[in-house]
Amino acid sequence: MDEQPIAIKTLTIDGKEVGARSGDTILQVAQEHGIWIPTLCFLDGLTAYGSCRICMVELEGNNRLFPACVTKVYEGMVVIIHSPRLEHYRRVIVEMLLSERPHICSVCVSNGHCELQTMAQLLGVTSVRYPYLMRKHDVDASNHRFLHDDNRCILCGRCVRVCSEIEGAHTWAFSGRGVESRIVTDLDQPWGESESCTGCSKCVHVCPTGALIEKGRSVAEMAKRRQFLPYLTVMRKEDAE
Amino acid sequence: MSRPKIATLWLDGCSGCHMSILDMDQRILELASRADIVYSPLVDTKEFPEGVDVAIVEGAISTDEDVHKIRLVRSRSKFLISLGDCAITGNVPSMRNPFSTQEILERTFVENTTTNPIIPSEDIPKLLDKVVPLHHVVDVDLHLPGCPPPADVIWETVTKLLDGEMPEVTIKTRFGK
Repeated sequence: MDEQPIAIKTLTIDGKEVGARSGDTILQVAQEHGIWIPTLCFLDGLTAYGSCRICMVELEGNNRLFPACVTKVYEGMVVIIHSPRLEHYRRVIVEMLLSERPHICSVCVSNGHCELQTMAQLLGVTSVRYPYLMRKHDVDASNHRFLHDDNRCILCGRCVRVCSEIEGAHTWAFSGRGVESRIVTDLDQPWGESESCTGCSKCVHVCPTGALIEKGRSVAEMAKRRQFLPYLTVMRKEDAE
Repeated sequence: MSRPKIATLWLDGCSGCHMSILDMDQRILELASRADIVYSPLVDTKEFPEGVDVAIVEGAISTDEDVHKIRLVRSRSKFLISLGDCAITGNVPSMRNPFSTQEILERTFVENTTTNPIIPSEDIPKLLDKVVPLHHVVDVDLHLPGCPPPADVIWETVTKLLDGEMPEVTIKTRFGK
C-alpha cells in the first residue's frame, strides 16, 4: 500500500475550529470532536448513504444544503449545523416520516428503543402538520424467527446495506418507487422462503425502528443489539491489512 | 382577580391521560387551591362553560360529536392543550383508518356478536370516515405527547401556565412511552 502523507485540513463547525484528515466527511469530523449532528440512515460500520437528509448542514458561501455523512471536508470550510432553516427542514423530515406510515409508538415492540421516536423528541417534534397517509401495509411473518412490519419502515436502507456489505447475502433490496417503495427479501418472496437469507439477524439489529424484529417480543420489549457492527468492521479491516 | 379556570375533556382515548392527571396525587389539591377545575370527567358539570383559561383535551376526533365538542371547547378556551398521543396523532383509535367505517361496524356489532347482531343507528354519534388529531380540526396551543404523558410533565405545564410562563417540556416527554 502506498504511504501517502495524511493531509490535515482545518475547518469551522458551528464556530468551533477543528482539524480533520483529508478525505474525512463532515459527520466523521464532528463526531470525533464530540459535536452532535442528528442522523437516521447513517450507522457507523456501514457505507454512508445520504438518504434520510436529517444530517443536512449549511456551508458558508453556498445556498445548497449538504448531507454531512457523505460530504468531504476541505480547507477553510465553514459548516453550520444549527440554524432556523436547518431545524425547520429536520423537523419536516421527521414529520413526513411519521405521516407516511402508521408509526403508532404506543403499540410498537420498539417503543422506548426506537431511533425515529427519539429523533422526534430530540428535534422537538410534538405534532405532525401533514395529513396521515393511512395506507395499509402488509406484515411478513413467514420467517420462523423474525418479523418484517412495513408499517414501521422508514426506508433507511440499513438492512439492505448490512446484508450486502457485512453478511454478503444480498437478501434485502428496495422495490417500488415513491410511496410504493418497500424493502423486500429475494425477488419479493416471503422472508421465510428466502434461499439467500442466512438467518444471521444483523438486519434486525441495525433496523432503527420496529420494522424488523425478533418474534415473541411484546410492546416495548425489542431493544436492538448492534454492538457487533463496529467490532466486525475493525476486525475485518485488520485482517485485510 | 378571579381564579383561573381549568377544564379537561375526554374524547376518543382510553382515559389513560386522565389517569396520568390523577397521578399528580396530592399536587391536585395544590392545583385546586390555585385554580378552579370547572369541567372534567372528574367533576360533575354538564355543559362546557365560557371563559376557560386552560383546556386540556385527551383523545382523538372520531365522531361528529367529537368535532362539535372540540369546536365548542376551542371557542370557549384561551389556551388549548392536546394531551397525549391520541389527541396529537390519532394513536390507537386511528388504527381503524385503513378500513372503512362499514367494515369496522360490521366487525364489531355483527361478526363478533351472538345476541342481537345489529349495527346501532339511533342516539349514538356518527363515526367519521377517518380518525384525526385535534389540530387537524381546531388550532392547538400546545402538544404534550406521550402514551400517557407523565404526571410530572402535566404538572409542570399547568403550573407554568398559571404562573404566566410558556412551559418548555418537549424534551421531557415523547410519542409512546
